[in-house]
Amino acid sequence: MEEPEQNVATTSLPKPAALQQPPGAPVSDTPGSPVFNAKNVSIYYGSFRAVTDVSLSVYEHEITAFIGPSGCGKTTVLRTLNRLNDLVASARVEGDVHYHGVSLYGPDVSATAVRRRIGMVFQKPNPFPKSIYDNIAYGPRINGERNKGKLNEIVEHSLRQAALWDEVKDRLNNSALSLSGGQAQRLCIARTLAVEPDVVLMDEPCSALDPIATAAIEDLMHDIKSRYTIVIVTHNMQQATRVSDRTAFFSVLRNEESDTRTGVLVEYGRTEQIFQDPVDSRTRAYVTGRMG
Amino acid sequence: MAVAPERKLDLREPTGWRRTSNSIATALMVLAFVLVIIPLGFVLYTVIAKGASAINWSFLTGQIPPNVSPPGQGGIGPAIVGTLEITGFATLMAVPLGVLGAIYLNEYGGKGVLGRVIGFMSDVMTGVPSIVMGLFIFSIWTIHFKFSGFGGSLALGCLMLPIVIRSSDEMLKLVPDPLREASYALGATKARVTLTVVLPAALGGIVSGALLAVARAAGETAPLLFTILTVTTVNKNLFSGPNTSLPSQIFVNASQPFVGAQSRAWGAALTLIVMAFVLMIAARIITARFTRYSR
Repeated sequence: MEEPEQNVATTSLPKPAALQQPPGAPVSDTPGSPVFNAKNVSIYYGSFRAVTDVSLSVYEHEITAFIGPSGCGKTTVLRTLNRLNDLVASARVEGDVHYHGVSLYGPDVSATAVRRRIGMVFQKPNPFPKSIYDNIAYGPRINGERNKGKLNEIVEHSLRQAALWDEVKDRLNNSALSLSGGQAQRLCIARTLAVEPDVVLMDEPCSALDPIATAAIEDLMHDIKSRYTIVIVTHNMQQATRVSDRTAFFSVLRNEESDTRTGVLVEYGRTEQIFQDPVDSRTRAYVTGRMG
Repeated sequence: MAVAPERKLDLREPTGWRRTSNSIATALMVLAFVLVIIPLGFVLYTVIAKGASAINWSFLTGQIPPNVSPPGQGGIGPAIVGTLEITGFATLMAVPLGVLGAIYLNEYGGKGVLGRVIGFMSDVMTGVPSIVMGLFIFSIWTIHFKFSGFGGSLALGCLMLPIVIRSSDEMLKLVPDPLREASYALGATKARVTLTVVLPAALGGIVSGALLAVARAAGETAPLLFTILTVTTVNKNLFSGPNTSLPSQIFVNASQPFVGAQSRAWGAALTLIVMAFVLMIAARIITARFTRYSR
């Protein structure tokens, strides 16, 4: 890992030589370099295995969607990618998660340095109870930016990227809690972009929003795709087809003996392929709406 | 076409037992409110009626006269100085310690054995009678280092500590976890998350909880009787020599047979109530200020 204060977006990181193709995923084109490379990842909460044996690669400047029924572990896998599951004392990760060739769970990897590069937007908009300006400036400030002019620049640039600038430019000192749901979620995206991450993880970012706010956020994802790698968890299959390049379908495996449910990755590939020509019968049942 | 139905939709309040029980419950609540307000109003009325005539500038700043002096002579200046000194220093000791303790309980070690023991002990401490706290400080401090305002501060601080811990802990618990996660997801360390997100979000409640503890401690008599001796002269040195305070001065004066001493006790009581009132208002204002972004 290089020094935390370096700008990630412009730093060339070591790339693994061989691309790890996920099993059962006939990817037709030649993808860019993988940002994440997960191999046989299982995630436990205590002795409960929440997700088992997930292997997939996430590629640079693409939008990767995780879909699947509730309880299939999509969010758990997502939170493994920026080590946010570390906050849960009982959570444990087995297998390899490589980020630009570096093991995320390696012994001398700092979760703080990881999260600084891999931002996250949550299901419910969670602006801080601070002003709009202070919400955006929060990330740069905790990373050591003190220059007022530079902060102003970052705030404006981030809000513009999140298509929120015109709506809030005259009330940057108002409470962020005065924003509507859609605005608050775009603020949270702007807050994430303000630290110039390499990857943006989105955990059902539109589930609390109306269709218009959802469309605004989907447009925004298309706009920022060229600069960031995005992984989005969504319940909405139409959303996955609209925004994503690749789709991973997760499902639930019931263990009859112990009466537990474990998430598994069923199929992963180009979004068109997953939705139009799925290989696995479970994927077909899900994307055609025969299984919820 | 069907004929319009005979039966009209009935949207009136249901009759019978439901309406009766509603009236009974409402009446009971009003009764309870009146029962609560009577003693409160009576206390306030008596103190104002008997104390207001005693209070003027020279009463607030004047020396404490001999008990036999008639009403209108002298004042309670030394007691006000003593209360401010003793309570102020107790606050300086108890509030930072209590807030840090609550942060430890809530953000760091709360689920471990040590955290649970501390949480339990502080709950037990809330129930310790103030006179016991006074005896405790008397036996470990006053016996060895003589009477001083600092001994009083120690006793009041011990009384305030569990209140501050409990109220701060409750306020920190109210900070939603998604806020912590948002901060972690931006690459913040645990200390940063606590300092820049959790504490500011809870600060209004923490400050008002702390001020409530201060107001409570400022009115405590029992722990001061053993520790500051209650003299009649000003002692600006908190750390050496006996001191005095409003509540202990009230205790001494009120038990005198002389009208003047009793009148000064009423005046001091009103002064103490006004001080507590000012603190409460300050707590409200500060809370409103710190939560202006939470609305």
